[in-house]
Amino acid sequence: MYSDKVMDHFANPRNVGEIEGADGVGQVGNAKCGDIMKMYLKIEDGKITDAKFKTFGCGAAVATSSMATELIIGKTVDEAYKITNAAVAEALDGLPPAKMHCSNLAEEAIQAALEDYKLKNGLTDEADVCKKCCKRCEDVHDLIDEDM
Amino acid sequence: MSDRLIYLDHAATTAVKPEVFEAMKPYFTELFGNPSSIYSLGRTAKKAISEAREKVAAALNADAKEIFFTGSGTEADNWAIKGVAYANRKKGKHIITTAIEHHAVLHTCEYLEKEGFEVTYLPVDENGLICTKRLEKAIRPDTILITIMLANNEIGTIQPIEEIGEIARQKGVIFHTDAVQAIGNVKIDVKSMNVDLLSLSAHKFYGPKGVGALYIRKGINITNLMHGGAQERKRRASTENVAGIVGLGKAIEIASNNIEQYNKKLLALSQKAIEEISEKIPYIKFNGHQKLRLPGTVNISFRFIEGESLLLMLDMKGILASSGSACTSGSLDPSHVLLAIGLPHEIAHGSLRISFGEESTEQDVSFLVEQLSLIVERLRGMSPLYEDFVKNEGRNLYV
Repeated sequence: MYSDKVMDHFANPRNVGEIEGADGVGQVGNAKCGDIMKMYLKIEDGKITDAKFKTFGCGAAVATSSMATELIIGKTVDEAYKITNAAVAEALDGLPPAKMHCSNLAEEAIQAALEDYKLKNGLTDEADVCKKCCKRCEDVHDLIDEDM
Repeated sequence: MSDRLIYLDHAATTAVKPEVFEAMKPYFTELFGNPSSIYSLGRTAKKAISEAREKVAAALNADAKEIFFTGSGTEADNWAIKGVAYANRKKGKHIITTAIEHHAVLHTCEYLEKEGFEVTYLPVDENGLICTKRLEKAIRPDTILITIMLANNEIGTIQPIEEIGEIARQKGVIFHTDAVQAIGNVKIDVKSMNVDLLSLSAHKFYGPKGVGALYIRKGINITNLMHGGAQERKRRASTENVAGIVGLGKAIEIASNNIEQYNKKLLALSQKAIEEISEKIPYIKFNGHQKLRLPGTVNISFRFIEGESLLLMLDMKGILASSGSACTSGSLDPSHVLLAIGLPHEIAHGSLRISFGEESTEQDVSFLVEQLSLIVERLRGMSPLYEDFVKNEGRNLYV
């Protein structure tokens, strides 16, 4: 059911870990849904120089986290903002329909970490932060139910 | 992929035993006759079915006339529940079941709710046992059926079937038990258990897939599910799966003759697994009743990790098992059984079911435990939940 690329990123996830003194940290998902992604970013001069993640979740959740870090390293903050869940899924040669919410989680984790960076650097108001990470699993689940 | 496959998912299905396969073979080829045909080739097939029926009856302490072959355990459950509900709807519309039944029972009951029946889903305690007092209280004047599984497929807990049967009989309510997971591990006596209907499935005890049976006690009022020819004494139309039925008969015969020896072997493997896993891996919980449990089933929750990841990593090492996580159940919630015994969602997501069988060895257990401890450590190492836990624990040390 998983592509070879998903299995590769699951078996050998890239950039697992934490970054001490990260410039942006974002955590999305919740344990009740069975997946949580935590993304750490190192940002220098508006450019992402390093990204690391920790994920509690299924194979697709681990693989999308791994791919997401690969996609954003070297990108500017603005470029990273534009990375969509579809782009993460596509880079993994697709995900099974029931697992598409994992790619949503990856997109949200990137954005949550970027929002945290902006907040820490006075580039945004606190009020904006939740918009990117407050999707609860029930919402995501409803979407999946409609798909299936 | 490892070159060595260690199959630890016998609760999902089992391999057909060679002697079972040998018994089945002729009925695919030279003895292919339709049992409804009157010529000798047909009669040979018919005789093979009768012999298989006798074997099933002997295993259940039933009469051969009370055994009806079906296409699966699911069909047997559907037949028992819908058949009794429809045949007795004038008497009442209330059915009692439990929260931990297999979906073959649960979804059938949910279907009947849409048809105007009322269903009570009895809760279970943290070990997966129902409370018989609660069952007694749940019985109403219009209760027409109690359907409670014998042994649970996920956590292995075995219900007090005799006691339940006695209550049902006293109150004059028909009692069905889904014994799909129990055959081969639990000695069945439909008479002493006061069971009116019992479902079973061949592939759970080294028989073929696609064949099951329903025991229907003589005199039970039940409508047919399948309409058509006069097979199974006009109760279940369909040309018989002769080879499958022969396989079921052979498999149940072997299984019932070996129950004690088989259980002893499985129990020893389970105990070894439980001891070694407890020793090597912290923050775990074993699910299911400690004693009243299928001897080969071990269900464990590992905190801070998710079950599908665990299964995929075990698979890479050649170990095949199953999980109750949402990601593996095909739904979005973790197993209804694990939630029913009170596990929080996040713990239920991290569960693993190991089920030992015929070909399992002590070496399998050692390899499993060795790999499992490495994998759990690796997954925890990348879990933000574990990270938080360790940091909080660390903080507590300094308070």
